[in-house]
Amino acid sequence: MLTALIVMAVLGLVLGAALGFASVKFKVEGDPLVEKIDAILPQTQCGQCGFPGCKPYATAIAKGEAEINQCPPGGDEGIRKLADLLGREYKPLNSEHGSEKPKAVALIDENVCIGCTLCLQACPVDAIIGAAKQMHTVVVPLCTGCELCVAPCPVDCISMEVLPENVETWKWKYPVFRLQPTTERKAA
Amino acid sequence: MNALRKLFGFHGGVKPAPNKDLSTREPIAQIALPERFVVPLHQSVGGTPRPLVAPGAQVQKGQRIGAADGNVSAAVHAPTSGTVLAVEPRIMAHPSGLAGPAVVIAPDGLDTACERDPFLWRSAKPDEVRDFLRDAGVVGLGGAVFPSHLKLRAGREHPMQTLVINGAECEPFITCDDMLMRERATGIVRGAAIMGELMQPREVLIGIEDNKPQAVAAMRAAVQAAGVRGMEVVVVPTRYPAGGAKQLIRVLTGIEVPHGTRSTDFGVQCFNTGTAYAIWQALEQGMPLISRIVTVAGNVARPRNFEVRIGTPLAQLFEAAQALPDTERYIMGGPMMGFRLPDLAAPVQKATNCLLAGSPALFPPPPPEMPCIRCGDCAKVCPADLQPFELYWFARAHNYGKAQEYSLFDCIECGCCSYVCPSRIPLVDYYRYAKSEIWARERDKASADGARTRYEARLARAERDKLEKAAKLAAKTAAGRQKAEQAMAGGAAAAPGEAAADPKKALIEAAMERARAQREAAQPKNVEGLSAAQQAEISKAEARRELARQMADNKEVPPE
Amino acid sequence: MNNSPYILAPASVTAVMLKVLAALLPGIAVYVWIFGPGLLVQIVLATLTALAAEAAMLAARGRAPGRFLADGSAIVTAWLIALTFPPIVPWWITVGGTAFAIVVAKHLYGGLGQNPFNPAMAGYAVMIVAFPALMSQWPAEGLTAATQIGLIFGAERALDAITAATALDALRTGLHENAATATVAGVMGASPAFGHIAGHGWEWIAAAYLAGGLYLLQQRLITWHIPLALLAGLALTALPFWLADPAHYASPLFHLCGGASLLGAFFIATDPVSGATTPRGKLIYAAGIGLITWFIRTFGAYPDGIAFATLLMNICVPFIDMKTQPPVFGRKDGR
Repeated sequence: MLTALIVMAVLGLVLGAALGFASVKFKVEGDPLVEKIDAILPQTQCGQCGFPGCKPYATAIAKGEAEINQCPPGGDEGIRKLADLLGREYKPLNSEHGSEKPKAVALIDENVCIGCTLCLQACPVDAIIGAAKQMHTVVVPLCTGCELCVAPCPVDCISMEVLPENVETWKWKYPVFRLQPTTERKAA
Repeated sequence: MNALRKLFGFHGGVKPAPNKDLSTREPIAQIALPERFVVPLHQSVGGTPRPLVAPGAQVQKGQRIGAADGNVSAAVHAPTSGTVLAVEPRIMAHPSGLAGPAVVIAPDGLDTACERDPFLWRSAKPDEVRDFLRDAGVVGLGGAVFPSHLKLRAGREHPMQTLVINGAECEPFITCDDMLMRERATGIVRGAAIMGELMQPREVLIGIEDNKPQAVAAMRAAVQAAGVRGMEVVVVPTRYPAGGAKQLIRVLTGIEVPHGTRSTDFGVQCFNTGTAYAIWQALEQGMPLISRIVTVAGNVARPRNFEVRIGTPLAQLFEAAQALPDTERYIMGGPMMGFRLPDLAAPVQKATNCLLAGSPALFPPPPPEMPCIRCGDCAKVCPADLQPFELYWFARAHNYGKAQEYSLFDCIECGCCSYVCPSRIPLVDYYRYAKSEIWARERDKASADGARTRYEARLARAERDKLEKAAKLAAKTAAGRQKAEQAMAGGAAAAPGEAAADPKKALIEAAMERARAQREAAQPKNVEGLSAAQQAEISKAEARRELARQMADNKEVPPE
Repeated sequence: MNNSPYILAPASVTAVMLKVLAALLPGIAVYVWIFGPGLLVQIVLATLTALAAEAAMLAARGRAPGRFLADGSAIVTAWLIALTFPPIVPWWITVGGTAFAIVVAKHLYGGLGQNPFNPAMAGYAVMIVAFPALMSQWPAEGLTAATQIGLIFGAERALDAITAATALDALRTGLHENAATATVAGVMGASPAFGHIAGHGWEWIAAAYLAGGLYLLQQRLITWHIPLALLAGLALTALPFWLADPAHYASPLFHLCGGASLLGAFFIATDPVSGATTPRGKLIYAAGIGLITWFIRTFGAYPDGIAFATLLMNICVPFIDMKTQPPVFGRKDGR
């Protein structure tokens, strides 16, 4: 009886020491989980999730303070990737935060723009160039389509335009899977 | 000599019916100038050339109308003389059927060539020759349309061993290289000799499949006549896709050039016969690439090859070859790798090697798809040594990571796997789908990474601004404090203790004093000729402001 | 409308399956010639059951029955079941085994192309575990057609008069019963179940299977890897034991010609759906079947080991395939 106790105690101590040593030796710098989550998020920095940017949302997810279905630009695929990474249950996009839309970019009507710089300050990714009292314009390839510049514009000259497909961005479609259910099944 | 050469095999491959006889019975014909030329600007791999002409401009045949955008690009030229009608998006010969930028030209019928100084390439530096070829718009005419000037550079570490001229032309129906070799062998051989001069390989091998004896004979005669040392015509066994650049290099030299590497790193390079001819035309005839040979075959009454100016509407070629009435689709390229043309208004491009008219009898619709039974026939015929059925499972399940692990991008989309699949699965469609999805994701990833970088830079900038402002403020405060202390030390002997005890209060009071003085100094503007109502508004606002000021003052003055 | 390639080689799943069935015909003919027409009855029973089960499952899964029934895969499964079951088993064993193969082993896993286990072998395994005695009775020499059909449809079984064990079974039983004195030669000499090499008549059936297998090879429906590796795995495992102790271990030739070795090598292990697909993987997979077969035959309790060996190696297939991916073009030297 006594030997058993001693053996267990010694075993516990040894394992505890090993664990302690490992935690010191293999200490993870920073929080790679936040980085990994952030890598999945679309970086629109739009704030639709309720956080001031993608990184804060990633941090909140990592801490378990936010659901994974709050990012409309990331869409269904983004949610699935997050669910995969975190081992959480997949959930459809929470419609409180918006709905999945085709990617659009902001366009400034340059005839109307008064050069107030408010959109410059609103743009989280510095995709708008201009100066006070000068016309502003959106650098289209840099625009993430976050829509944050639309509301501040005092003259409502910013609109969101869906980017049309071109020869370079055109994609081959998923081949039609011809194993169709029989008609009886459809009727049922 | 040829009997002594050891040829190598490549894995897989298929032997579809060649169907090449019909279009080689007649010599190459010229196509009349069309009513309108639509010259696409983007015709090669790389950047879209910048248009050099505006609507209304007069152009001449061979005049540059699009300048190469950066080094990975090639110029575009006017196919004839005439007037530029528009520079606008036009429908392209592309599976998407989408429009791309193009220059629309109305020919004046004179076909005046533009004057150009002869280019003495023998005395020019290699870099100058390459720049000249870029500006002459020479690209690979085998179908990949990769700018040729980029390929004409020997590897830095590996001396060039073999320059391969690809006259294999393995795909059924296509005979444009065959006819070019039969009729213009001298030009091809001279072009190959020029490339040899530029790259200095030990040997130049012209590979031709053994189902083209006339082309072989013509090329052999031309090589002999030209007397180029180290150049040899090599007959290779007919097997699709022996005309793939990597497969032909493998057959002739035994070297396998892996995906994503440069063949010059292995001491070999491969050009199409048409490209060799275009290089000769550009350097010795001074004629940029404005025309090419196009095979028109399939369900047509008169299949043959045409010399066509780039920009000619495709419909005109099918008219010339007399497409039969039961034609239900038009295909650009061969039956193994081509694609259905969405619209015959699209123009001939540098990549257009073959046009096929298809009927249900000629290209019957495939039987319904069955499940994959993993029979492995696709793996047996895959010239890239892939496991196509595994790629199919992954692509079908949208498992792009796994598909890439199984070397999806080594797939050359030759179609052998679909050709033999007993379950009639459109395997290549799955690979095309998976590849374009992966490319789209990579684009998204790149733009997300860019957005993150810029967002973080912005946050850092905001932080820095804040710190700078705080530092400035601190400096100002320190300066003001000093001033106050000096003032107190000089004048306020009456209550030195109080002031010294609370220098902050003194500062605040000084600041408030300044602000008050400023307010009082400020005069309202635009007050002439106001209506009574406006006057009333203003006095109301003034009253509110006064009230606010008093309240603020009361708050700021600490209770005694 | 489809995309390229627009031309297709003439090939279809139905053609593949019909060729497999054709390749089985010589084996069936010799089998019937030696053992009588019981097998033909079993083939009819199994085929009808398989088609009925296939049709029912396709309907239940909402697939077009016509197209999939025509693919012939169910008939191949049925024929393999009829060929591996003893020809005089009661009809309900054949029907049950076939139904299990089609319903459970094939369709519950997703139907054609999706089954991880060889359906015929799964059916065989279930039946031999459930009814070991009935599944081990082979017709005795000279059993008339009427007697065989009677047995299939429920006649009383006077065991010793009408049935016999297979050569594999007899050898093992003989060796086990008189463990001290029996030898291979003694057992073989004493029982009518044995012929010149292995079981009586089995040499000829094996030769007919071999002929069918060579036809499949010539038609490029199978590659040489699986048959060769399976037979080599079996023979090379048997060889050292036989050399060391020929009195107690059967010769490699006995193993090659006995039981379902050749049927397994050319028709069962080569099932592409449940088998390995890479060249190296096929070698490992088939050699594993040969090895396990020898162990089951020599030390196990069942008359033949091909079925269990195939099922065991089926389990390993995904791993084998993953680890034996051939190098792609240009990466053969590990670049």
